[in-house]
Amino acid sequence: MTRNLQRLDLIFKDEQDAEVVLAQTLARPDEDIINDLIISGLKGRGGAGFPTGLKWKLTSEAQSDEKFVICNADEGEPGTFKDREILSRVSHKVLCGMAICGRIIGARQGYIYLRGEYKFLVPELQQSIERFHELLKKHELDFKVDIFMGSGAYICGEETALFESMEGKRGEPRNKPPYPTSKGYKNKPSVVNNVETLAHTFSIFKYGPEKFRDLGVKDSRGSKVFSVSGDTPIPGIYELEFGMTLQKFVDDFGDGDAKAVQVGGASGFCVPRKKFEKTIIGYQGKLTGISLPTGGSMMIFNSSRSMYNVLHNYLDFFVEESCGQCTPCRVGTQQLLIGIEAVKRGEKSSAYLDKLLDLAETMRLTAKCGLGQSVANSFSSIVENFREEMIY
Amino acid sequence: MAKIQETIRDLADRYGRSKESLLPILQGVYENYHALTDEAMVEVARELDISAAHVYGTATFYSFLESGKSGKYIIRLCKTITCMMHGKNLILQELEDILKVKPGQTTSDGLFTLKETNCLGQCHKGPAMLINDTPHTDLTPEKVREIINEYRIKEHMPLN
Ligand SMILES: Cc1cc2nc3c(=O)[nH]c(=O)nc-3n(C[C@H](O)[C@H](O)[C@H](O)COP(=O)(O)O)c2cc1C
Ligand code: SF4
Repeated sequence: MTRNLQRLDLIFKDEQDAEVVLAQTLARPDEDIINDLIISGLKGRGGAGFPTGLKWKLTSEAQSDEKFVICNADEGEPGTFKDREILSRVSHKVLCGMAICGRIIGARQGYIYLRGEYKFLVPELQQSIERFHELLKKHELDFKVDIFMGSGAYICGEETALFESMEGKRGEPRNKPPYPTSKGYKNKPSVVNNVETLAHTFSIFKYGPEKFRDLGVKDSRGSKVFSVSGDTPIPGIYELEFGMTLQKFVDDFGDGDAKAVQVGGASGFCVPRKKFEKTIIGYQGKLTGISLPTGGSMMIFNSSRSMYNVLHNYLDFFVEESCGQCTPCRVGTQQLLIGIEAVKRGEKSSAYLDKLLDLAETMRLTAKCGLGQSVANSFSSIVENFREEMIY
Repeated sequence: MAKIQETIRDLADRYGRSKESLLPILQGVYENYHALTDEAMVEVARELDISAAHVYGTATFYSFLESGKSGKYIIRLCKTITCMMHGKNLILQELEDILKVKPGQTTSDGLFTLKETNCLGQCHKGPAMLINDTPHTDLTPEKVREIINEYRIKEHMPLN
Protein backbone atom coordinates (compact mmCIF):
# COMPACT_ATOMS: atom_id res chain seq x y z
CA MET A 1 0.00 0.00 0.00
CA THR A 2 1.17 3.52 -0.78
CA ARG A 3 1.85 5.76 2.14
CA ASN A 4 1.43 9.36 1.05
CA LEU A 5 0.51 10.80 4.36
CA GLN A 6 2.71 11.04 7.36
CA ARG A 7 1.14 9.49 10.43
CA LEU A 8 1.69 11.75 13.41
CA ASP A 9 1.90 10.83 17.03
CA LEU A 10 1.28 13.93 19.10
CA ILE A 11 -2.08 13.36 20.71
CA PHE A 12 -1.68 9.75 21.77
CA LYS A 13 1.95 9.93 22.82
CA ASP A 14 2.05 9.66 26.59
CA GLU A 15 5.34 10.65 28.18
CA GLN A 16 3.96 10.59 31.71
CA ASP A 17 4.70 14.27 32.06
CA ALA A 18 1.25 15.64 32.86
CA GLU A 19 2.46 17.06 36.15
CA VAL A 20 5.52 18.76 34.64
CA VAL A 21 3.51 20.32 31.84
CA LEU A 22 0.78 21.39 34.24
CA ALA A 23 3.25 22.99 36.66
CA GLN A 24 5.18 24.77 33.89
CA THR A 25 1.99 26.14 32.38
CA LEU A 26 0.53 27.22 35.70
CA ALA A 27 3.72 29.20 36.32
CA ARG A 28 3.07 31.37 33.27
CA PRO A 29 0.81 34.44 33.11
CA ASP A 30 -2.66 33.95 31.58
CA GLU A 31 -1.99 36.39 28.73
CA ASP A 32 1.06 34.41 27.59
CA ILE A 33 -0.85 31.15 27.48
CA ILE A 34 -3.72 32.72 25.52
CA ASN A 35 -1.21 34.29 23.15
CA ASP A 36 0.38 30.91 22.54
CA LEU A 37 -2.98 29.40 21.73
CA ILE A 38 -3.75 32.22 19.33
CA ILE A 39 -0.33 31.99 17.65
CA SER A 40 -0.66 28.22 17.35
CA GLY A 41 -3.71 28.68 15.12
CA LEU A 42 -5.65 26.00 17.00
CA LYS A 43 -9.29 25.86 15.97
CA GLY A 44 -12.08 23.85 17.54
CA ARG A 45 -12.16 20.21 16.51
CA GLY A 46 -15.87 19.72 17.27
CA GLY A 47 -16.90 20.82 13.81
CA ALA A 48 -17.40 24.59 13.85
CA GLY A 49 -13.73 25.52 13.91
CA PHE A 50 -13.80 28.55 16.20
CA PRO A 51 -10.30 29.74 17.25
CA THR A 52 -9.71 28.27 20.71
CA GLY A 53 -7.45 31.03 22.05
CA LEU A 54 -10.04 33.65 21.20
CA LYS A 55 -12.81 31.64 22.85
CA TRP A 56 -10.84 31.45 26.10
CA LYS A 57 -9.94 35.14 25.88
CA LEU A 58 -13.55 36.25 25.39
CA THR A 59 -14.71 34.12 28.29
CA SER A 60 -11.92 35.38 30.53
CA GLU A 61 -13.05 38.95 29.83
CA ALA A 62 -16.70 38.26 30.66
CA GLN A 63 -17.70 39.54 34.10
CA SER A 64 -19.37 37.00 36.33
CA ASP A 65 -19.25 35.47 39.79
CA GLU A 66 -19.26 31.99 38.31
CA LYS A 67 -17.95 30.44 35.10
CA PHE A 68 -17.63 26.94 33.69
CA VAL A 69 -15.38 24.83 31.49
CA ILE A 70 -17.19 22.09 29.62
CA CYS A 71 -15.58 19.33 27.65
CA ASN A 72 -17.92 18.21 24.90
CA ALA A 73 -17.69 14.41 24.75
CA ASP A 74 -21.09 13.86 23.17
CA GLU A 75 -19.47 12.57 19.96
CA GLY A 76 -22.64 11.56 18.17
CA GLU A 77 -21.77 12.37 14.57
CA PRO A 78 -22.03 9.15 12.53
CA GLY A 79 -18.58 7.86 11.73
CA THR A 80 -16.76 9.63 14.57
CA PHE A 81 -15.05 7.71 17.36
CA LYS A 82 -11.82 9.61 18.00
CA ASP A 83 -12.97 11.38 21.18
CA ARG A 84 -13.68 8.02 22.76
CA GLU A 85 -10.15 6.91 21.98
CA ILE A 86 -8.62 10.15 23.30
CA LEU A 87 -10.58 9.89 26.54
CA SER A 88 -9.65 6.27 27.06
CA ARG A 89 -5.95 6.70 26.29
CA VAL A 90 -4.88 10.23 27.24
CA SER A 91 -7.65 11.72 29.38
CA HIS A 92 -5.03 13.49 31.51
CA LYS A 93 -4.25 15.77 28.56
CA VAL A 94 -7.90 16.74 28.28
CA LEU A 95 -8.12 17.35 32.03
CA CYS A 96 -4.98 19.44 31.94
CA GLY A 97 -6.46 21.59 29.17
CA MET A 98 -9.64 22.03 31.20
CA ALA A 99 -7.77 23.03 34.35
CA ILE A 100 -5.59 25.60 32.59
CA CYS A 101 -8.68 26.98 30.87
CA GLY A 102 -10.37 27.14 34.29
CA ARG A 103 -7.54 29.17 35.74
CA ILE A 104 -7.49 31.56 32.81
CA ILE A 105 -11.21 32.26 32.61
CA GLY A 106 -11.77 32.07 36.36
CA ALA A 107 -13.82 28.86 36.60
CA ARG A 108 -13.65 26.48 39.53
CA GLN A 109 -15.89 23.83 38.06
CA GLY A 110 -15.48 21.77 34.92
CA TYR A 111 -17.74 19.13 33.41
CA ILE A 112 -17.22 16.39 30.88
CA TYR A 113 -20.50 15.88 29.05
CA LEU A 114 -20.17 12.22 28.09
CA ARG A 115 -22.62 10.54 25.76
CA GLY A 116 -24.64 7.70 27.28
CA GLU A 117 -23.20 5.29 24.71
CA TYR A 118 -19.77 5.77 26.32
CA LYS A 119 -20.81 4.98 29.86
CA PHE A 120 -18.40 2.06 29.87
CA LEU A 121 -15.58 4.62 29.93
CA VAL A 122 -16.69 6.04 33.28
CA PRO A 123 -14.80 3.84 35.79
CA GLU A 124 -11.39 4.56 34.26
CA LEU A 125 -12.19 8.15 33.49
CA GLN A 126 -13.33 8.70 37.06
CA GLN A 127 -10.05 7.27 38.35
CA SER A 128 -8.11 9.51 36.04
CA ILE A 129 -10.11 12.51 37.30
CA GLU A 130 -9.38 11.59 40.91
CA ARG A 131 -5.66 11.28 40.23
CA PHE A 132 -5.82 14.63 38.50
CA HIS A 133 -7.62 16.24 41.44
CA GLU A 134 -4.71 15.13 43.66
CA LEU A 135 -2.32 16.83 41.26
CA LEU A 136 -4.36 20.02 41.33
CA LYS A 137 -4.41 20.00 45.11
CA LYS A 138 -0.64 19.71 45.15
CA HIS A 139 -0.34 22.70 42.85
CA GLU A 140 -2.99 24.59 44.75
CA LEU A 141 -5.40 25.09 41.90
CA ASP A 142 -9.03 25.29 42.99
CA PHE A 143 -10.66 23.38 40.14
CA LYS A 144 -12.84 20.32 40.02
CA VAL A 145 -14.13 18.16 37.18
CA ASP A 146 -17.32 16.10 37.19
CA ILE A 147 -18.75 13.81 34.57
CA PHE A 148 -22.25 14.58 33.33
CA MET A 149 -23.87 11.73 31.41
CA GLY A 150 -25.95 12.23 28.30
CA SER A 151 -28.87 9.95 27.54
CA GLY A 152 -28.88 9.17 23.85
CA ALA A 153 -29.58 12.43 22.04
CA TYR A 154 -27.27 13.57 19.24
CA ILE A 155 -28.52 17.15 19.42
CA CYS A 156 -27.08 17.53 22.94
CA GLY A 157 -23.66 17.83 21.29
CA GLU A 158 -24.77 21.27 20.07
CA GLU A 159 -23.38 23.47 22.80
CA THR A 160 -26.55 25.31 23.82
CA ALA A 161 -28.62 22.11 23.76
CA LEU A 162 -25.91 20.67 25.97
CA PHE A 163 -26.48 23.46 28.52
CA GLU A 164 -30.22 22.85 28.47
CA SER A 165 -29.64 19.16 29.02
CA MET A 166 -27.31 19.83 31.97
CA GLU A 167 -29.94 22.15 33.41
CA GLY A 168 -32.46 19.31 33.52
CA LYS A 169 -34.37 20.19 30.38
CA ARG A 170 -35.06 18.84 26.93
CA GLY A 171 -31.98 19.22 24.77
CA GLU A 172 -33.37 22.00 22.60
CA PRO A 173 -30.83 24.47 21.19
CA ARG A 174 -31.10 28.11 22.22
CA ASN A 175 -30.97 31.14 19.99
CA LYS A 176 -27.49 32.52 19.43
CA PRO A 177 -26.47 35.18 20.39
CA PRO A 178 -25.99 35.28 23.32
CA TYR A 179 -22.98 33.02 22.87
CA PRO A 180 -21.72 30.64 25.54
CA THR A 181 -18.72 32.91 26.16
CA SER A 182 -21.16 35.34 27.83
CA LYS A 183 -24.19 33.16 28.68
CA GLY A 184 -23.69 29.42 28.79
CA TYR A 185 -24.41 26.82 31.45
CA LYS A 186 -26.78 28.34 34.04
CA ASN A 187 -26.50 31.49 31.95
CA LYS A 188 -22.92 31.95 33.15
CA PRO A 189 -19.94 32.49 30.81
CA SER A 190 -18.76 29.07 29.70
CA VAL A 191 -16.08 27.59 27.49
CA VAL A 192 -17.25 24.54 25.60
CA ASN A 193 -14.49 22.67 23.84
CA ASN A 194 -14.33 19.40 22.03
CA VAL A 195 -12.28 16.57 23.61
CA GLU A 196 -9.67 16.72 20.87
CA THR A 197 -9.35 20.50 21.05
CA LEU A 198 -8.51 20.26 24.74
CA ALA A 199 -5.99 17.48 24.12
CA HIS A 200 -4.27 19.68 21.51
CA THR A 201 -3.92 22.51 24.01
CA PHE A 202 -1.74 20.14 26.05
CA SER A 203 0.60 19.68 23.07
CA ILE A 204 0.77 23.43 22.65
CA PHE A 205 1.58 23.97 26.34
CA LYS A 206 4.22 21.29 26.09
CA TYR A 207 5.95 21.99 22.79
CA GLY A 208 5.07 25.63 22.28
CA PRO A 209 2.90 27.10 19.54
CA GLU A 210 5.49 26.92 16.74
CA LYS A 211 5.65 23.18 16.53
CA PHE A 212 1.87 23.02 16.24
CA ARG A 213 1.74 25.84 13.74
CA ASP A 214 4.35 24.18 11.57
CA LEU A 215 1.92 21.38 10.90
CA GLY A 216 -0.90 21.83 8.43
CA VAL A 217 -1.56 24.64 5.99
CA LYS A 218 -2.70 28.23 6.08
CA ASP A 219 -5.87 28.65 8.17
CA SER A 220 -5.78 24.99 9.17
CA ARG A 221 -2.95 24.49 11.58
CA GLY A 222 -1.82 21.47 13.45
CA SER A 223 -2.75 17.85 13.25
CA LYS A 224 -6.18 16.32 13.26
CA VAL A 225 -7.43 12.99 14.48
CA PHE A 226 -9.47 11.23 11.81
CA SER A 227 -11.94 8.42 12.31
CA VAL A 228 -11.72 6.26 9.20
CA SER A 229 -14.46 3.75 8.42
CA GLY A 230 -16.45 2.20 5.62
CA ASP A 231 -14.77 0.49 2.65
CA THR A 232 -11.22 0.53 3.90
CA PRO A 233 -8.86 -2.30 4.72
CA ILE A 234 -7.54 -0.33 7.68
CA PRO A 235 -10.42 1.28 9.61
CA GLY A 236 -9.39 3.12 12.75
CA ILE A 237 -8.09 6.33 14.21
CA TYR A 238 -5.28 8.24 12.55
CA GLU A 239 -3.60 11.50 13.38
CA LEU A 240 -2.74 13.30 10.16
CA GLU A 241 -1.67 16.74 9.05
CA PHE A 242 -4.29 19.18 7.80
CA GLY A 243 -4.12 20.16 4.15
CA MET A 244 -4.06 16.78 2.44
CA THR A 245 -6.01 16.20 -0.74
CA LEU A 246 -8.76 13.66 -0.61
CA GLN A 247 -6.96 11.78 -3.39
CA LYS A 248 -3.93 11.21 -1.18
CA PHE A 249 -6.21 10.17 1.64
CA VAL A 250 -8.04 7.66 -0.52
CA ASP A 251 -4.77 6.30 -1.94
CA ASP A 252 -3.70 5.50 1.60
CA PHE A 253 -6.95 4.38 3.12
CA GLY A 254 -9.29 3.27 0.33
CA ASP A 255 -9.67 -0.26 -0.97
CA GLY A 256 -8.67 0.77 -4.50
CA ASP A 257 -12.26 1.20 -5.61
CA ALA A 258 -13.48 4.25 -3.68
CA LYS A 259 -16.26 6.09 -5.46
CA ALA A 260 -17.07 8.62 -2.75
CA VAL A 261 -15.96 9.84 0.65
CA GLN A 262 -18.33 11.36 3.16
CA VAL A 263 -16.29 14.00 4.98
CA GLY A 264 -17.61 15.14 8.36
CA GLY A 265 -20.33 12.58 8.95
CA ALA A 266 -24.02 12.78 8.15
CA SER A 267 -23.87 16.56 8.53
CA GLY A 268 -20.79 16.78 6.32
CA PHE A 269 -20.21 16.59 2.58
CA CYS A 270 -20.08 13.76 0.09
CA VAL A 271 -17.20 14.04 -2.37
CA PRO A 272 -17.30 11.92 -5.54
CA ARG A 273 -14.19 10.36 -7.07
CA LYS A 274 -13.78 13.01 -9.77
CA LYS A 275 -13.33 15.67 -7.10
CA PHE A 276 -10.85 13.81 -4.89
CA GLU A 277 -7.85 15.59 -6.40
CA LYS A 278 -9.28 19.08 -5.94
CA THR A 279 -10.60 18.62 -2.42
CA ILE A 280 -8.45 19.56 0.51
CA ILE A 281 -9.16 18.65 4.09
CA GLY A 282 -8.99 21.73 6.26
CA TYR A 283 -11.09 24.64 7.46
CA GLN A 284 -12.54 27.11 4.96
CA GLY A 285 -9.84 29.55 4.05
CA LYS A 286 -7.83 30.71 1.10
CA LEU A 287 -6.86 27.29 -0.10
CA THR A 288 -6.81 26.35 -3.72
CA GLY A 289 -9.68 24.12 -4.65
CA ILE A 290 -12.48 23.19 -2.32
CA SER A 291 -11.61 22.85 1.31
CA LEU A 292 -13.71 20.96 3.78
CA PRO A 293 -13.76 21.36 7.51
CA THR A 294 -14.33 18.19 9.36
CA GLY A 295 -14.96 16.84 12.81
CA GLY A 296 -12.83 13.98 11.59
CA SER A 297 -15.39 11.48 10.32
CA MET A 298 -14.21 9.93 7.04
CA MET A 299 -16.50 7.29 5.59
CA ILE A 300 -15.31 5.65 2.39
CA PHE A 301 -17.75 4.08 -0.06
CA ASN A 302 -16.68 1.82 -2.92
CA SER A 303 -18.46 1.26 -6.19
CA SER A 304 -20.58 -1.57 -4.81
CA ARG A 305 -22.46 0.84 -2.54
CA SER A 306 -25.76 2.50 -3.29
CA MET A 307 -25.55 6.19 -2.54
CA TYR A 308 -29.33 6.19 -2.28
CA ASN A 309 -29.02 3.86 0.70
CA VAL A 310 -26.36 6.08 2.19
CA LEU A 311 -28.53 9.18 1.89
CA HIS A 312 -31.57 7.30 3.17
CA ASN A 313 -29.59 6.22 6.23
CA TYR A 314 -28.48 9.80 6.94
CA LEU A 315 -32.01 11.16 6.55
CA ASP A 316 -33.36 8.48 8.89
CA PHE A 317 -30.78 9.69 11.36
CA PHE A 318 -31.79 13.35 11.04
CA VAL A 319 -35.50 12.59 11.28
CA GLU A 320 -34.86 10.79 14.56
CA GLU A 321 -32.40 13.24 15.99
CA SER A 322 -34.08 16.54 15.05
CA CYS A 323 -35.17 18.04 18.37
CA GLY A 324 -38.43 19.06 16.72
CA GLN A 325 -38.29 22.59 18.00
CA CYS A 326 -38.37 24.43 14.68
CA THR A 327 -40.55 23.69 11.68
CA PRO A 328 -38.00 23.82 8.84
CA CYS A 329 -35.98 21.04 10.41
CA ARG A 330 -38.76 18.94 11.96
CA VAL A 331 -40.90 18.90 8.82
CA GLY A 332 -38.06 19.36 6.34
CA THR A 333 -36.12 16.27 7.37
CA GLN A 334 -39.29 14.16 7.10
CA GLN A 335 -40.23 15.60 3.72
CA LEU A 336 -36.75 15.01 2.29
CA LEU A 337 -36.96 11.37 3.35
CA ILE A 338 -40.49 10.86 2.01
CA GLY A 339 -39.44 12.73 -1.14
CA ILE A 340 -36.47 10.56 -2.11
CA GLU A 341 -38.53 7.44 -1.40
CA ALA A 342 -41.25 8.70 -3.74
CA VAL A 343 -38.73 9.45 -6.50
CA LYS A 344 -37.16 6.02 -6.08
CA ARG A 345 -40.53 4.30 -6.36
CA GLY A 346 -41.29 6.33 -9.48
CA GLU A 347 -44.24 8.11 -7.88
CA LYS A 348 -42.53 11.44 -8.41
CA SER A 349 -40.56 12.49 -11.47
CA SER A 350 -36.84 13.11 -11.26
CA ALA A 351 -37.51 16.87 -11.47
CA TYR A 352 -38.92 16.56 -7.97
CA LEU A 353 -35.34 16.17 -6.76
CA ASP A 354 -34.79 19.83 -7.64
CA LYS A 355 -37.69 20.79 -5.40
CA LEU A 356 -36.10 18.78 -2.62
CA LEU A 357 -32.78 20.51 -3.21
CA ASP A 358 -34.58 23.84 -2.82
CA LEU A 359 -36.13 22.61 0.40
CA ALA A 360 -32.73 21.60 1.75
CA GLU A 361 -31.36 25.06 0.92
CA THR A 362 -34.34 26.66 2.66
CA MET A 363 -33.54 24.60 5.72
CA ARG A 364 -29.96 25.83 5.61
CA LEU A 365 -31.25 29.41 5.77
CA THR A 366 -34.12 29.03 8.21
CA ALA A 367 -33.38 26.22 10.67
CA LYS A 368 -32.54 27.31 14.17
CA CYS A 369 -29.38 25.34 14.76
CA GLY A 370 -26.55 23.54 13.04
CA LEU A 371 -28.43 20.26 12.79
CA GLY A 372 -31.19 21.55 10.54
CA GLN A 373 -28.82 23.89 8.73
CA SER A 374 -26.37 21.18 7.78
CA VAL A 375 -28.79 18.58 6.45
CA ALA A 376 -28.34 20.31 3.09
CA ASN A 377 -24.61 19.49 3.16
CA SER A 378 -25.03 15.78 2.70
CA PHE A 379 -28.37 15.99 0.92
CA SER A 380 -27.24 18.34 -1.83
CA SER A 381 -23.80 16.84 -2.27
CA ILE A 382 -25.19 13.30 -2.63
CA VAL A 383 -28.17 14.20 -4.81
CA GLU A 384 -26.14 16.45 -7.10
CA ASN A 385 -23.25 14.05 -7.56
CA PHE A 386 -25.23 10.80 -7.70
CA ARG A 387 -28.49 11.86 -9.24
CA GLU A 388 -28.97 8.69 -11.31
CA GLU A 389 -28.64 6.55 -8.23
CA MET A 390 -31.48 8.48 -6.62
CA ILE A 391 -33.77 7.73 -9.55
CA TYR A 392 -32.97 4.22 -10.79
CA MET B 1 -44.16 1.40 45.71
CA ALA B 2 -42.19 2.27 48.79
CA LYS B 3 -39.02 1.01 47.23
CA ILE B 4 -38.90 3.36 44.26
CA GLN B 5 -39.48 6.30 46.59
CA GLU B 6 -36.47 5.24 48.58
CA THR B 7 -34.36 4.93 45.45
CA ILE B 8 -35.38 8.40 44.36
CA ARG B 9 -34.67 9.87 47.78
CA ASP B 10 -31.23 8.25 47.80
CA LEU B 11 -30.50 9.59 44.34
CA ALA B 12 -31.63 13.07 45.35
CA ASP B 13 -29.43 12.90 48.45
CA ARG B 14 -26.53 11.98 46.24
CA TYR B 15 -27.04 14.43 43.35
CA GLY B 16 -28.85 17.24 45.14
CA ARG B 17 -32.32 18.66 44.63
CA SER B 18 -31.65 21.44 42.15
CA LYS B 19 -33.03 21.20 38.64
CA GLU B 20 -29.52 20.39 37.39
CA SER B 21 -29.88 17.05 39.17
CA LEU B 22 -32.91 15.99 37.17
CA LEU B 23 -31.12 14.07 34.43
CA PRO B 24 -28.72 12.21 36.76
CA ILE B 25 -31.67 11.22 38.96
CA LEU B 26 -33.77 10.01 36.03
CA GLN B 27 -30.75 8.07 34.76
CA GLY B 28 -30.34 6.51 38.18
CA VAL B 29 -33.99 5.45 38.33
CA TYR B 30 -33.77 4.02 34.84
CA GLU B 31 -30.62 2.11 35.63
CA ASN B 32 -32.34 0.47 38.61
CA TYR B 33 -35.70 -0.34 37.06
CA HIS B 34 -35.19 -0.21 33.28
CA ALA B 35 -38.38 1.81 33.11
CA LEU B 36 -39.52 5.32 33.96
CA THR B 37 -43.08 4.85 35.11
CA ASP B 38 -45.55 7.67 35.67
CA GLU B 39 -45.30 7.02 39.41
CA ALA B 40 -41.54 7.37 39.30
CA MET B 41 -41.73 10.65 37.37
CA VAL B 42 -44.33 12.10 39.75
CA GLU B 43 -42.16 11.07 42.67
CA VAL B 44 -39.06 12.70 41.14
CA ALA B 45 -41.09 15.87 40.57
CA ARG B 46 -42.20 15.87 44.21
CA GLU B 47 -38.68 15.26 45.47
CA LEU B 48 -37.22 18.13 43.40
CA ASP B 49 -40.25 20.38 43.85
CA ILE B 50 -40.81 20.86 40.12
CA SER B 51 -43.83 20.07 37.98
CA ALA B 52 -44.45 16.52 36.85
CA ALA B 53 -45.02 17.89 33.37
CA HIS B 54 -41.46 19.22 33.33
CA VAL B 55 -40.09 15.86 34.41
CA TYR B 56 -42.18 14.09 31.79
CA GLY B 57 -41.17 16.56 29.08
CA THR B 58 -37.50 16.12 29.87
CA ALA B 59 -37.56 12.35 30.24
CA THR B 60 -39.39 11.72 26.97
CA PHE B 61 -36.80 13.72 25.04
CA TYR B 62 -34.01 11.22 25.64
CA SER B 63 -33.87 7.93 23.81
CA PHE B 64 -32.09 6.19 26.70
CA LEU B 65 -34.88 7.06 29.17
CA GLU B 66 -38.04 5.21 28.28
CA SER B 67 -41.29 4.92 30.12
CA GLY B 68 -42.05 1.35 29.04
CA LYS B 69 -40.52 -1.56 30.91
CA SER B 70 -37.42 -3.02 29.28
CA GLY B 71 -35.73 -6.32 29.96
CA LYS B 72 -32.83 -6.82 32.30
CA TYR B 73 -30.48 -6.51 29.35
CA ILE B 74 -31.11 -3.85 26.74
CA ILE B 75 -29.50 -4.66 23.43
CA ARG B 76 -28.88 -1.63 21.21
CA LEU B 77 -27.73 -2.61 17.75
CA CYS B 78 -26.15 0.18 15.72
CA LYS B 79 -28.02 0.89 12.47
CA THR B 80 -25.81 3.67 11.13
CA ILE B 81 -24.36 3.35 7.66
CA THR B 82 -20.96 1.81 8.35
CA CYS B 83 -22.39 -0.92 10.56
CA MET B 84 -25.05 -1.42 7.90
CA MET B 85 -22.32 -1.85 5.25
CA HIS B 86 -20.63 -4.48 7.36
CA GLY B 87 -23.61 -6.75 7.78
CA LYS B 88 -25.80 -5.23 10.48
CA ASN B 89 -28.92 -6.75 8.93
CA LEU B 90 -27.52 -10.26 9.28
CA ILE B 91 -26.85 -9.55 12.93
CA LEU B 92 -30.36 -8.24 13.42
CA GLN B 93 -31.79 -11.35 11.79
CA GLU B 94 -29.71 -13.55 14.06
CA LEU B 95 -30.81 -11.65 17.16
CA GLU B 96 -34.45 -11.85 16.07
CA ASP B 97 -34.06 -15.59 15.51
CA ILE B 98 -32.47 -16.45 18.81
CA LEU B 99 -34.47 -14.03 20.95
CA LYS B 100 -37.74 -14.50 19.05
CA VAL B 101 -38.50 -10.80 19.23
CA LYS B 102 -38.55 -7.84 16.87
CA PRO B 103 -36.85 -4.49 17.59
CA GLY B 104 -38.74 -2.73 20.37
CA GLN B 105 -39.85 -5.99 22.00
CA THR B 106 -38.77 -7.85 25.13
CA THR B 107 -38.26 -11.60 25.42
CA SER B 108 -40.97 -13.49 27.28
CA ASP B 109 -38.57 -14.30 30.12
CA GLY B 110 -37.99 -10.57 30.61
CA LEU B 111 -34.28 -10.93 30.05
CA PHE B 112 -33.60 -9.10 26.79
CA THR B 113 -35.03 -6.07 25.02
CA LEU B 114 -33.94 -5.61 21.42
CA LYS B 115 -33.50 -2.12 20.03
CA GLU B 116 -31.83 -0.42 17.13
CA THR B 117 -29.90 2.76 17.74
CA ASN B 118 -27.88 5.45 16.02
CA CYS B 119 -24.09 5.52 15.76
CA LEU B 120 -22.39 3.97 18.80
CA GLY B 121 -18.97 5.36 17.92
CA GLN B 122 -17.56 1.92 17.11
CA CYS B 123 -17.62 2.31 13.32
CA HIS B 124 -14.16 0.84 12.78
CA LYS B 125 -15.31 -2.36 14.46
CA GLY B 126 -18.79 -2.72 13.04
CA PRO B 127 -21.25 -4.26 13.29
CA ALA B 128 -21.52 -3.18 16.90
CA MET B 129 -24.04 -3.30 19.72
CA LEU B 130 -24.33 -2.30 23.34
CA ILE B 131 -25.74 -4.67 25.93
CA ASN B 132 -26.66 -2.31 28.73
CA ASP B 133 -23.39 -0.31 28.95
CA THR B 134 -21.02 -2.88 27.45
CA PRO B 135 -20.01 -2.60 23.79
CA HIS B 136 -19.67 -5.74 21.68
CA THR B 137 -17.95 -5.23 18.34
CA ASP B 138 -16.87 -6.99 15.14
CA LEU B 139 -20.07 -9.02 15.39
CA THR B 140 -20.77 -12.12 13.34
CA PRO B 141 -23.88 -14.29 13.68
CA GLU B 142 -21.81 -16.95 15.50
CA LYS B 143 -20.34 -14.39 17.86
CA VAL B 144 -23.79 -13.00 18.63
CA ARG B 145 -25.04 -16.48 19.55
CA GLU B 146 -22.12 -16.94 21.92
CA ILE B 147 -22.59 -13.54 23.54
CA ILE B 148 -26.30 -14.02 24.14
CA ASN B 149 -25.70 -17.47 25.52
CA GLU B 150 -23.09 -16.12 27.92
CA TYR B 151 -25.65 -13.71 29.31
CA ARG B 152 -28.15 -16.52 29.58
CA ILE B 153 -25.68 -18.74 31.41
CA LYS B 154 -24.99 -15.89 33.80
CA GLU B 155 -28.72 -15.80 34.48
CA HIS B 156 -28.92 -19.60 34.75
CA MET B 157 -31.07 -19.72 31.64
CA PRO B 158 -28.87 -21.33 28.99
CA LEU B 159 -30.52 -22.01 25.68
CA ASN B 160 -30.19 -25.81 25.91
C1 LIG C 1 -26.09 19.05 15.85
C2 LIG C 1 -24.76 19.35 16.41
C3 LIG C 1 -24.06 18.36 17.11
C4 LIG C 1 -22.81 18.62 17.65
N1 LIG C 1 -22.16 17.62 18.29
C5 LIG C 1 -20.93 17.85 18.81
C6 LIG C 1 -20.23 16.83 19.50
O1 LIG C 1 -20.72 15.71 19.65
N2 LIG C 1 -19.00 17.12 20.00
C7 LIG C 1 -18.44 18.35 19.87
O2 LIG C 1 -17.34 18.57 20.35
N3 LIG C 1 -19.07 19.34 19.22
C8 LIG C 1 -20.31 19.13 18.70
N4 LIG C 1 -20.97 20.15 18.06
C9 LIG C 1 -20.32 21.48 18.01
C10 LIG C 1 -20.57 22.24 19.32
O3 LIG C 1 -21.78 22.97 19.22
C11 LIG C 1 -19.45 23.23 19.61
O4 LIG C 1 -19.26 24.03 18.50
C12 LIG C 1 -18.14 22.58 19.96
O5 LIG C 1 -18.29 21.64 20.99
C13 LIG C 1 -17.14 23.63 20.39
O6 LIG C 1 -15.90 23.05 20.69
P1 LIG C 1 -14.62 23.32 19.77
O7 LIG C 1 -14.52 24.80 19.56
O8 LIG C 1 -13.50 22.77 20.57
O9 LIG C 1 -14.85 22.58 18.50
C14 LIG C 1 -22.22 19.91 17.51
C15 LIG C 1 -22.92 20.89 16.81
C16 LIG C 1 -24.17 20.63 16.27
C17 LIG C 1 -24.87 21.71 15.54
S1 SF4 D 1 -32.68 22.86 13.47
FE1 SF4 D 1 -33.57 20.90 14.11
S2 SF4 D 1 -32.35 20.27 15.86
FE2 SF4 D 1 -31.95 22.46 15.53
S3 SF4 D 1 -33.41 23.56 16.81
FE3 SF4 D 1 -34.42 23.30 14.82
S4 SF4 D 1 -35.57 21.35 15.05
FE4 SF4 D 1 -34.08 21.42 16.69
